[in-house]
Amino acid sequence: MRLDAYIACPHCDLLQRRQPLPPEGLAVCARCGTLLYRHRRNSLDRTLALAVSGIILFIIANSYPFLSLNIEGQTQETRLVSGILVFFRQGMPWMGLLVLATGIVFPLVELLGLTYVLLPFKFERLSWKTAAVFRLIRSLQPWGMTEVFLLGILVSIVKLAGMATIVPGIALYAFLVLIFIVAATTAALNPEIVWERLTPRR
Amino acid sequence: MGTADAPKVNRGGPAPATAARLGLVACHGCGQLSRLRAGGRLYCPRCGGVLHVRKPNSEGRTWALVLAAILFYIPANVLPVTHTTYLGSTQSDTILSGVYYFMTSGSWHIALIIFVASIVVPALKILALAFLLVSVRRGSDWRPEERTRLYHITELIGRWSMVDVYVVTVMVALLKLGALANVDAGVGIVFFGAVVVITMFAANSFDPRLIWDAMEKRS
Repeated sequence: MRLDAYIACPHCDLLQRRQPLPPEGLAVCARCGTLLYRHRRNSLDRTLALAVSGIILFIIANSYPFLSLNIEGQTQETRLVSGILVFFRQGMPWMGLLVLATGIVFPLVELLGLTYVLLPFKFERLSWKTAAVFRLIRSLQPWGMTEVFLLGILVSIVKLAGMATIVPGIALYAFLVLIFIVAATTAALNPEIVWERLTPRR
Repeated sequence: MGTADAPKVNRGGPAPATAARLGLVACHGCGQLSRLRAGGRLYCPRCGGVLHVRKPNSEGRTWALVLAAILFYIPANVLPVTHTTYLGSTQSDTILSGVYYFMTSGSWHIALIIFVASIVVPALKILALAFLLVSVRRGSDWRPEERTRLYHITELIGRWSMVDVYVVTVMVALLKLGALANVDAGVGIVFFGAVVVITMFAANSFDPRLIWDAMEKRS
């Protein structure tokens, strides 16, 4: 029995034969309905392009102030890392680390990691430790929460709108676009194309 | 693949061909199938991940994390998450008093977002995991498909609870104008952050294949 021809459902363990999919098609488990794998058109090129633009937006979003606040003539500018630094200064390092990891580090590692893994594919090469890096970014994926961070920022803006004048900065717009880029990157990626190239030949 | 007439529950029928039953193990990381061999740790030949037929000690770990989450859920809701100073007067808010404030001040949509993300979602996650654990332990064959979907939803919605953590992060960063307007984080938010992280780990340590294993034992 050729093991590569089969797939076990991650949610119910049912063994099923792999089948080629039509463009943009998806395969679901016959027993529990879990998505097994899907076909993505130009997955490699699209994911790569989106990941690189995500990195650029990421740099902009973290380099400029994203909100300025104005009360009675006094102005306060904020960057994405400002709140994290406040947590560290006020004796809540765990909160600082949590927000730093989920809001900034993990999403960035995912974009950088995807680029690191996928770019050499364009030249029929493999990066050093491709499997380990790809495994790492796949397991970090649920912990990158840029879209939740954005919702938090929007809620804060509404909260503060009553007591102060809020001026959105360049970083906020960059961050807004970044959310869509991150979501599109995740949707464009077909992890199977990476795993297939790493399958040991027997 | 995807044949609609495939048997969903094999009561009395032949046991379904699961990987475990056929002496195979699928890698958690990349899905690669490997043959089980006796003795020692097995590593995935493709991605190098450690192979387990089922997540190790899934029930015990998940219970421990669920109980820890319940324990932290109390101070997360009782202790203040923010201390706000505005034009000289200071006020401390818990998650619920914040929700109440927004409800009465007309921003009911903000109140709803915070209430659902911070109160309802963590509570539902804890209840859902406890329910799944009990059903697995009892060897239930009740609606395995729906229970698998419940697990999948539990896995997906957890992240949205982080909203309040980010709101506090932005508030403490923006409102730093001394007696005029200042926000400090309260200890409540640390417990709340812990609840979010612990419930995410709890969902991750539960193995939904146990739902189906329990049924196969019955048939």
